Amino acid sequence: MSNELIEFVLVSVALLAIGIYGLAVKRNAIRMLFAIEMIVNAANLNVVAFSRFIPNSQGQTLALFSIAIAAAEVAVGLALIIVAYRMYKNIDIADFRRLKG
Amino acid sequence: MADAVFLAISVLTIGSAIASLEVRSMIYGSISLMVTLAGVAGFFLLLDAPFVAMFQISVYVGSIAVLILFTVMLVRRELLFHKIEDPRRRYAGIGLMIVIMLGIGTIIIGSGLKSMEVDAPSVDFREIGKDFLTYYSPALVVMGLILASAVIGALTLARREDVTNEQRTD
Repeated sequence: MSNELIEFVLVSVALLAIGIYGLAVKRNAIRMLFAIEMIVNAANLNVVAFSRFIPNSQGQTLALFSIAIAAAEVAVGLALIIVAYRMYKNIDIADFRRLKG
Repeated sequence: MADAVFLAISVLTIGSAIASLEVRSMIYGSISLMVTLAGVAGFFLLLDAPFVAMFQISVYVGSIAVLILFTVMLVRRELLFHKIEDPRRRYAGIGLMIVIMLGIGTIIIGSGLKSMEVDAPSVDFREIGKDFLTYYSPALVVMGLILASAVIGALTLARREDVTNEQRTD
């Protein structure tokens, strides 16, 4: 094993930063979902990296749970985007302002 | 030191992550998101976690990316190429990204994680199965219920009330 833990953690930080940038800047709802996926993947990468280097099998178990929950989250999120698109004929977040009640 | 495979996968992952947010066409964006997720699966393979890697490929690359691709295709064409962004907000976002990268990066580099060494063999996937079916078995059941309720919720949300099925008479 030639790679060190810190390299994986740094890649994970880069993915997290890109995801936060996407959430902050983009106004397209589907692109914001992309950014959320990147953040979730950064967290999973971190967990699996630490579970390899400690070493402990529970990190991988947690990563498996996290991947499954993320799949459910994406399904519901895309359904919400489809409903909002049907209501407002747009996927721009600024057009969803009326949703605030 | 990092080897060539690690460097190649990290360049591919981070490059396609940036591309998926910045490419004009959203279809190409979702395809490069697929490349990002496959790159993370490659990292899992490098970390001696082949079971998690295969799970990542089958769930993310196989189902989530295809779901996103179909949703993108359902949206009107001109909205996909239409980019509305405040340039000042964009620069602020890039600044935020660099601050986060440098801030957390310096904290991590200074934290002495480098001294951690691995001498034990990698985790066998049999242990994961044992974990799943003994200690985490209530969590496994709850996860199944969450997945089922997510599918039912997505179907309920995406259903159209205004369209009724008409019986064809001819």
